[in-house]
Amino acid sequence: MTLPVDMSTTLGSAWFPTPIFTASGCASSGKELAQFFALKDVGAIVTKSVMTKPRHGRPTPRMAETPSGMLNSIGLQGPGIDAFLAHDVPWLIEQKARVIVSIAGETIEEYSTLARKLRSASGISAVEVNISCPNVENRGLVFACDPDASRRVIDGVRKTIGGELPIIAKLSPDVTNLPEIAKGVVDAGADALALINTVLGMVINLETMKPHLGGKTGGLSGPAIRPIAVRAIYQVHAALPHIPILGMGGVASGRDALELIFAGASGISVGTASFGNPTALITIQNELRDLLAARGFATVQQAIGYAHREETQ
Amino acid sequence: MNTINKSAVQQVATIFSNKRVGAYHQILINVGEIVKSCRPGNFVAISVGGDSSRMILRRAFAISRVSDNSQYGGTMELIVAPHGSGSKWLCAQPEGSELDIVSPLGTSFGIPIEPINALLVGGGYGSAPLFGLADVLKSRGCKVDMLLGASIGSKIYAPMEGKRSVNSLKIYTEDGSMGEKGRVTESLLEIISNRSIDVIYSCGPMGMLRAITEIVAETEVIHQCAVEEAMACGIGICMTCVLPVRNEDGSTSMLRSCIDGPVMDGSHVQWDLVGRIPEAHQ
Repeated sequence: MTLPVDMSTTLGSAWFPTPIFTASGCASSGKELAQFFALKDVGAIVTKSVMTKPRHGRPTPRMAETPSGMLNSIGLQGPGIDAFLAHDVPWLIEQKARVIVSIAGETIEEYSTLARKLRSASGISAVEVNISCPNVENRGLVFACDPDASRRVIDGVRKTIGGELPIIAKLSPDVTNLPEIAKGVVDAGADALALINTVLGMVINLETMKPHLGGKTGGLSGPAIRPIAVRAIYQVHAALPHIPILGMGGVASGRDALELIFAGASGISVGTASFGNPTALITIQNELRDLLAARGFATVQQAIGYAHREETQ
Repeated sequence: MNTINKSAVQQVATIFSNKRVGAYHQILINVGEIVKSCRPGNFVAISVGGDSSRMILRRAFAISRVSDNSQYGGTMELIVAPHGSGSKWLCAQPEGSELDIVSPLGTSFGIPIEPINALLVGGGYGSAPLFGLADVLKSRGCKVDMLLGASIGSKIYAPMEGKRSVNSLKIYTEDGSMGEKGRVTESLLEIISNRSIDVIYSCGPMGMLRAITEIVAETEVIHQCAVEEAMACGIGICMTCVLPVRNEDGSTSMLRSCIDGPVMDGSHVQWDLVGRIPEAHQ
């Protein structure tokens, strides 16, 4: 007989009943998945990164399936923060879902503006600051590839809502020294880190003999990138053991979620797996509970970073 | 109240039969109760490749028709071209195999309340959902004419029983190997006026849908088309299958062909902007 597992987790001051969340950009604003499971039954809905203004995103084709993965090139299509806060957030709160709002800006000021708008919204659990979207026109805009720009974005957000809402900085694995960037944003005021965003990739179409995606490059996601996520989370948790990590990257089963938790994740976002299976979050959550119980873990907390422990003989 | 994907159900369903028909496979799936909520134009998203598949995305297929048989229960018919690795896998599945399906998804063809003169235009296996639609239109007293086109004769899908549900059927092939040589759009204007067509329902390649829209632009004919865009999820969360669609105020929105389509009003789609981005707020 196994005891029930306490699945609850925290990211900064925010508490969640389970560690399984949607991933930003992979669940829109929740309405589409609500037909398949009750949104309140998962840890949180992390909404698609929203900008200040409505945005069309990138041209099609926006997608290419790759072995055990896919490339996407959406380019942050969305309704803009005002429409989002007026319609999407109240609906999610009505569903009793916990909400993490993901924001994305083209400039450091835009992030601060977005954070200011969130101050007036109630019911939000945390803000994810997406400084690592690979699908922007100018790769120079990927703040998370530049330690100084990363710090300045987080600093601006902290000055606006620091202490009111936990700030989660979403980082890119496409950097030489991830722990250094992670330390920079933590110093600037990030309460937690989201690791990893998609990995920049490309597919060339053999018929047209040109890059297949309208935006040429895209973000690689799915099980193909899971070992990169495990490595990134492990490295950053080793460098910053007290900073909670929202882990993601190719999680498609309870086994995968537990692997990221052992590497150091306090919560797990499930993204691409929902594309192939609309009930993936529920399946993963149930499998994770059983796997924890089978290994004698009474709480998720005990398993976080377990791969880092030193053996005492 | 949530309205997106409101009839969709994820379930395991068994292949009842799988037959080759010309260049296609006709696959019948036991789906049970959900046939009651399937409408012509809806689609199904199917997992492919089995549990250890490296193909992580579902494949979307138009539901060609459904039937509710007292002996076998609810069945769904798909017409599948074994082109890519996913559709080849599906076509290779024998009778009795289990499939993970999500359906019905997407918008459906609008069915008129009054009997009207309908023209159904299909390209390649795009004709498949039109036969189920023809049954429904006939049962509402509509006059139903059909034009089918393909590059070669073996790519025309026109089953015997389907022919009974239309008043007339005209076939075009680009190489002339079946029916008339040419494209479905060739005598479209003439057919519209000779037969006093009120509504065109179309399904097939995007080039054909665009050509029909342009031809009927100067007429009073309503054009409902089922569009085809690459989809990753089929349920509205991935944002990959978008098309530029004109709003009532003249602005353009990038709408998802999975939940705002596949059936759209052809005159609203900004065909010249497909694969591009509208100028305002990029």
